[in-house]
Amino acid sequence: MEPYELSITEASERLADKELSSVELTSSCLARIDKTEERINSFISLDSERALARAEAADRERAAGTAGLLCGIPLAIKDLLCTKDRVTTCGSKILENFTPPYDATVVEKLDKQGAVIVGKATMDEFAMGSTSENCAFNIPSNPWNTDYIAGGSSGGSATSVASGQVLGSLGSDTGGSIRLPASLCGIVGMKPTYGRVSRYGLVAFASSLDQIGPLTRNVADCAVMMQSICGYDRRDSTSVDHPVEDYSSFLAEGLKGVRVGVPREYFGDGLDAEVRAVVLNGIEVLRAAGADIVDVSIPKDTRSAGFGPEMKRRILIGTYALSSGYYDAYYKKASQVRSLILEDFRKAWESCDVLVSPVAPTPAWKKGEKVDDPLAMYLSDIFTLSTNLAGLPGLSVPGGFSSNGLPIGIQLQGPHFHEGALIKCGFNLERGLNLETTIPAL
Amino acid sequence: MAIRREEVEHVAHLARLHLDGEELDQMTEQLDTILSYVAKLDELDTTGIEPTTHAFSITNAFREDRVEESLDQEAALANGPDHTKDSFVVSRII
Repeated sequence: MEPYELSITEASERLADKELSSVELTSSCLARIDKTEERINSFISLDSERALARAEAADRERAAGTAGLLCGIPLAIKDLLCTKDRVTTCGSKILENFTPPYDATVVEKLDKQGAVIVGKATMDEFAMGSTSENCAFNIPSNPWNTDYIAGGSSGGSATSVASGQVLGSLGSDTGGSIRLPASLCGIVGMKPTYGRVSRYGLVAFASSLDQIGPLTRNVADCAVMMQSICGYDRRDSTSVDHPVEDYSSFLAEGLKGVRVGVPREYFGDGLDAEVRAVVLNGIEVLRAAGADIVDVSIPKDTRSAGFGPEMKRRILIGTYALSSGYYDAYYKKASQVRSLILEDFRKAWESCDVLVSPVAPTPAWKKGEKVDDPLAMYLSDIFTLSTNLAGLPGLSVPGGFSSNGLPIGIQLQGPHFHEGALIKCGFNLERGLNLETTIPAL
Repeated sequence: MAIRREEVEHVAHLARLHLDGEELDQMTEQLDTILSYVAKLDELDTTGIEPTTHAFSITNAFREDRVEESLDQEAALANGPDHTKDSFVVSRII
């Protein structure tokens, strides 16, 4: 086994036992990037020199007994997180030469925990898209079949982790942009509660919906990453001063007493049969782990607000919807519907603790297939967008594979600040499914 | 039609986007599809429903009114395509 194949948790144990150094681990990841990047396109920019220097420093921190939670772990971050003196493009030509004068709070936090940031990951331009095909630089490929899309908008954040180039990454999620690519690439992705993670230094797409979160190869790694990035930040006025749980403490087997709701609206006609089968199987796994499965209804859900994927189109729609005479018809109406969606979820939490559903209606599709059909593209967010509208936490966990070998994820959603409950259910799902967690050979 | 070509042209002007004839046609068609879909919102009765702008609402995130350390001017201006000693220079729009 090569070091790059290790999970964060496994690598941290070896680093602690001095069986492995961060320089060796980082070099292994850089060699993997060298071998695979031409086909995968996870990165807009890479900085091997800086990464190796940080790895050396991490090894010294460990020797000095000051190792943080991610000490010496190679990570990627989405290229809309500001990095001091390091170009931050947001996947757009317009910011090709933008070098932020400061670090985003999450970047500071990762550094404080000793993480080695290897590069900035590819993404849809300004995070607007569901496939990462709207990136002005490189278009990432699905590691399971490089003719297929990686999902988006945090495409590179997902492919870098799924293909073994790094052990974990950060993405951002406005309508599903972490959970969707995580699901399509067969990894774990969490969108935390709105306000849980500071957005200071995140280039905004939709300020009241955006949230930064981790993409990892398993749920235990997700817990470690969450521990490192969550918490109140006075520099983000929407950051919430709410105690941060010990996420790893939720990695325990058994779901006795946990009520898992199955929202019937998520299982309608538009759902691919293979995706349905994977999610239903996941529900049985949760039941076998001791959870009570309950039928619930989220009637208003995401068949509501909706904008297309590409920049010009979105600018036009946004301008149109806010222009004279149309504000009430679109913006106000959508904001009112948002209230109705929140109310639906509030009612659901009376009868269940978490919701289980598909992440996306289909597995990944071929590159180019939906480029000219913005509405079809938008509908890939249909099961994930309402989480953002309601500000809830959501988790995508690998659930299985389609008949042609593409990953299919299962989504868990919970009430505000109940990330721990999602980690607990996700961990049990992962244990019960016991999927082969190999990295594609490439 | 939920939106006409002339409206798209007008909105593009408001947004300072330059679209050629072909782009205008394509955008009109796509925007029409999207807006027709969004019209489904009208099926919901929202009479008397308060709009939500933030799902987890925090009001008045105040801090003490005192000068704190911040970026120096040089760093703050460094990314502007054109600037004087203490301000960005932009094209006149009014």
